[in-house]
Amino acid sequence: MIRRTDFPILNKKIKGQPLVYFDNASTAQKSRPVIEAVSNFYQNDNANVHRGLNPLADEATKKYESVRNLVADFIGAKKEEIIFTSGATAGVNLVARSWGEANLRAGDIVVLSIAEHHANIVPWLQLQKKIGIKLEYIPLEADGSWDLLAAKKLLNKRRVRLLAVSQVSNVLGIINPVAQLTKLAKQKGIVTLIDAAQSVAHLKIDVKKIACDFLVFSGHKLGGPTGIGILYGRQELLLATPPFMGGGDMISFVKSDSFGVSDLPYKFEAGTPNIAGVVGLGAALKYLESVGYNSIHKQEQGLTIYFLQKIKKLKAVKIFGTAKAKLPIFALTINGIHPHDAADILGQAGIILRAGHHCAQPLHDYLGVPATLRASLSFYNTKKEIDYFVSKLAELIKAFK
Amino acid sequence: MDIYAQNIIDHYKHPRNFGVLSQADFKQQELNASCGDDITVFLKFAGNKLKTLSFTGQGCAISQAGISILSEELIGQTKKQILAYNFEDIKNIFGVEISARRYNCAMLGLRAVQKAIGDSTGSK
Repeated sequence: MIRRTDFPILNKKIKGQPLVYFDNASTAQKSRPVIEAVSNFYQNDNANVHRGLNPLADEATKKYESVRNLVADFIGAKKEEIIFTSGATAGVNLVARSWGEANLRAGDIVVLSIAEHHANIVPWLQLQKKIGIKLEYIPLEADGSWDLLAAKKLLNKRRVRLLAVSQVSNVLGIINPVAQLTKLAKQKGIVTLIDAAQSVAHLKIDVKKIACDFLVFSGHKLGGPTGIGILYGRQELLLATPPFMGGGDMISFVKSDSFGVSDLPYKFEAGTPNIAGVVGLGAALKYLESVGYNSIHKQEQGLTIYFLQKIKKLKAVKIFGTAKAKLPIFALTINGIHPHDAADILGQAGIILRAGHHCAQPLHDYLGVPATLRASLSFYNTKKEIDYFVSKLAELIKAFK
Repeated sequence: MDIYAQNIIDHYKHPRNFGVLSQADFKQQELNASCGDDITVFLKFAGNKLKTLSFTGQGCAISQAGISILSEELIGQTKKQILAYNFEDIKNIFGVEISARRYNCAMLGLRAVQKAIGDSTGSK
């Protein structure tokens, strides 16, 4: 069941106006169970994990590892395949630096889409510089969906070694048919990495159904704390991938002239982890499951249709990403008003939006606009909030006319 | 900035001193790469005093209305006076609340003008 009252911050007022939080694609708000889980951990359970032979460390370790099991069940993986990271960005970088550097050679091709977040472009550009790999980008149709014909053509190129794409664009909100491409990639022996940062709060993820080799997401976009994320890797691939950072749990032994590497999943977890973050992530996953993806999907599809219907009446507004399979993420431009002015002025009315390129500059170059205004909604948003947003936007357009 | 920032919106819709000045003593372009704000200023002096200031550009209201308002303020002033302007002055001249995140937008025009006269080598 969807209960808006579970999110304390949504009662906040900005300059006397109710907070209308339309920046969920940046970070989602936290439910009371998540806030309480983190607070409770620090008040009652705080200790380092996997280290002390004492009851407090035992309890902390138990809580920490129980979340690993929870995540594994949540996405249909084994617990050895779940690596705690600091977020989706860290996950992509880990794959690039460990798997990538060990497996990619000069001239090998990595296929991305032009709609990728910088976090799934720059690590590969770094390898382009370091190793001499090549990048190819899947182009888009006019409605923001992938040009599948072009994508398949790209995957047919001889030296493609990796397909790294997002399940949902953080700008366009279009749900990409990732399983179609991972299937083709598998036939050709191409390794696949799915960026689920934007999709995980909205869509039930099953790594078996997606049939990918790697998948990353961040905890904070699904209502957990910041600074915690997940890298899923297929066991076989993780076993064959060298460790990334050295220290802490990744070590099995150290001598003055050598060291041994721990088994999965600890092999990729160096240093004291974000333990409270993991506990908070666990609470966020449980909360999402208690609401249920079916309810979330139903509510969000209702909001998407309502938003598009209402905004259509404002002729000065152009929406980018109009394909039918769409989450309530709306990038738009307003004729005669710069997105930064709109975000600034609407912010004074309590409406929290993001303006800019949203860490997707290549996409904005492709769309031919320097910046967009983005409204990104979640299941706890309401039609009343959309009405308020549209009325304030109409006032703004009138003022600038 | 809020929707009641009429002065800003007015200058944005009806910029003063807009256009290219072909006989300019100084010309300078400034960009905010992250948001696409773009201003080019043209300055002509009579002795030590700024006689004409025009600009071209595109971008947000704070940057574009800002240089329009500033152009009216700076004409008639000396180079030394112009170089002394800072963010506090800009906030007073604009007459609206400028949040920290709009600092670069608000300062773009002034930066172009000060760069134009501060570094006369190669900007002519």
